[in-house]
Amino acid sequence: MRRSVVVVAILAVSVALVLSGCQKKETGTIKIGVAGAHSGDLASYGLPSVNAAKLVVESVNAAGGIDGKKIELFVEDDQCKPELATNAAAKLVSDEVVAVIGHICSGATKSALGIYKDSKIITVSPSATTPSLTQSGEYPNFFRTIAPDDAQARLATKFIKETLGLSSLAVLHDKGDYGKGFAELVKQYAESEGIRVVLFEGVNPGAPDYSAVVNKIGNSGAAGVVWGGYHPEASKLVQQMKDKGMDLPFISDDGVKDQTFIEVAGAYAEGVYATGPMDTSSNPLAVKAVADHKAKFGEEPGAFFLNAYAATLAVVNAIDKAGSTDYDAIIKAMRSEYVETPLGKISFDGIGDVIGFGFSVFQVQGGTYVELK
Amino acid sequence: MDFFLKLFLSGTAKGSIYALIALGYTMVYGIVQLINFAHGEVYMIGGFTALIIGGLLFSSGMAVPLVLLLSILAAVVFSAAFGFTIEKLAYKPLRNKPRLSALISAIGISMILQNVVLLAQTEKYLSFPSYLPELEFLRPVREYLNSTQFIILVTTAAIMVILTLTIKFTRMGKAMRATAQDKHMAQLVGVDINGVISLTFIIGSALAAVGGVLICSYMGQINYYIGFVAGIKAFVAAVLGGIGSIPGAVLGSFILGWTESLGTGYLSSDYEDAYAFVILILILILKPDGILGKNQKQKV
Repeated sequence: MRRSVVVVAILAVSVALVLSGCQKKETGTIKIGVAGAHSGDLASYGLPSVNAAKLVVESVNAAGGIDGKKIELFVEDDQCKPELATNAAAKLVSDEVVAVIGHICSGATKSALGIYKDSKIITVSPSATTPSLTQSGEYPNFFRTIAPDDAQARLATKFIKETLGLSSLAVLHDKGDYGKGFAELVKQYAESEGIRVVLFEGVNPGAPDYSAVVNKIGNSGAAGVVWGGYHPEASKLVQQMKDKGMDLPFISDDGVKDQTFIEVAGAYAEGVYATGPMDTSSNPLAVKAVADHKAKFGEEPGAFFLNAYAATLAVVNAIDKAGSTDYDAIIKAMRSEYVETPLGKISFDGIGDVIGFGFSVFQVQGGTYVELK
Repeated sequence: MDFFLKLFLSGTAKGSIYALIALGYTMVYGIVQLINFAHGEVYMIGGFTALIIGGLLFSSGMAVPLVLLLSILAAVVFSAAFGFTIEKLAYKPLRNKPRLSALISAIGISMILQNVVLLAQTEKYLSFPSYLPELEFLRPVREYLNSTQFIILVTTAAIMVILTLTIKFTRMGKAMRATAQDKHMAQLVGVDINGVISLTFIIGSALAAVGGVLICSYMGQINYYIGFVAGIKAFVAAVLGGIGSIPGAVLGSFILGWTESLGTGYLSSDYEDAYAFVILILILILKPDGILGKNQKQKV
């Protein structure tokens, strides 16, 4: 008897909460969430997107908002961990955001997407590149302002075959969604191009020592090494390879195309190849975005800043063109309208991948990444 | 055979990395039967101290060998102070409470220290400069064993020998063994057990600091989280060899290093951790006290 009273009381409270939640909808702002790694190991990938969203929102609000409605940002940290990403997603759902800029890492994005889909929230990631996020067709609410990994892997394989002319490869990865995805695709494309993959292995991220696997690379007779993963392991690998006197071409992905990699690996980073988004730094909008960032935050923006800037612009534009915050109308606008962004003039295809922007190969030369044309 | 030799040496180097940290675990356990989970963090703090002090000294134009020496010294002093304080604050008040309380306190300290460094320093990976000299005679064989690996190996061996001798032959060592055997009895016959326990934490933390400097030089990078990963592996190594025993910790570390290295070489690196834990399980089934864990009298 007493228990049922408690149950009724809980129900009553939750109904009251839900109702009070509904009332929030009447406020005159458009709510946009920003989610990603804002602390932890990979914060350097996530924090720039918060700054990007802040800058766009500030300029839109200063110009009077969208149809007179100001935009309000809700920032949630997931540390790139899937379990925290679902918490962040649930939080944003309860905040009743219309769209989310994020998440940053593919694993975290995947775990949050289902929640957004059920709550009809548009999600635009500046950096999640796992192909299945769009290609599975499971998430019609998902868009990204970065090309998927298979585009990166295709480009990397083409570069390995045509420019470097390597005939055999050792492919390593960090066993994560992102790194392993890239590595498996390179293996697949390389083999279909007639390049032998003599070694394909995952290593433990965070381990202090990779000398055993480096020995194995040497023993395999590979002419080059492909790494699928992030920069902390990449810098240990290149250092331990060069310390052993192995001077093989090292080709990696976007997770390594970060200035932090060069700062950490120092001289060992020289000559490393990495695929990354095309250099759009000469685009006038990009120049302005970077200048605004310096003026407001006092430093150069970090990784995926322009992608996040473009993602926020695309969302703002779609809401504006749709003329409402209706889910279907915004999705339609995302897919049909082109928008000028720091990445160039972009739109999205039927599965949510960006049109008008892609990848290039970069090499570390003199302590900085240089785009190879 | 050549490949085996390379893997064996890389396993040896890896084992000596684990051993530098495992020694501190095993000493503390030997004396107070506490698994000091904060030990990995003390190692990380040692690395950070050396990075900061080393950076300051180097930019003031000091010679590299002197920078190395002074930054190791600073790391040792700072980490030892941390070890001493942690024991006084977090473990001593719980000494006569159930062992689980102290264990949980240790986990708490570990989290606090990680987050203090995260907030006070940075969440980024930082480059750790190698102040260690490049030994010329190892250059022709660097495919097998490079200079830094060699220095780590020699340091580990030296520390193990010095510790074993200290514990066996000095007055302080005798007091340590007495405290390890029976704290109350040791106190009755006039051993200053608080002093002994403090000293154990100071020595263990100082070793962790030396490990921090050497291992970070080897990895070329540092981050607030490195202590956790290394600490877990070193803990496994210490249990494998028989926690509480000094030669056991070193032997356990080498076995762990060899297993991982040979497993990676001949099977696949995907299951590196699995090999280590299979060995651990097998040894614990056959010898629950670890390989050298039975010899209670030498336990310190």
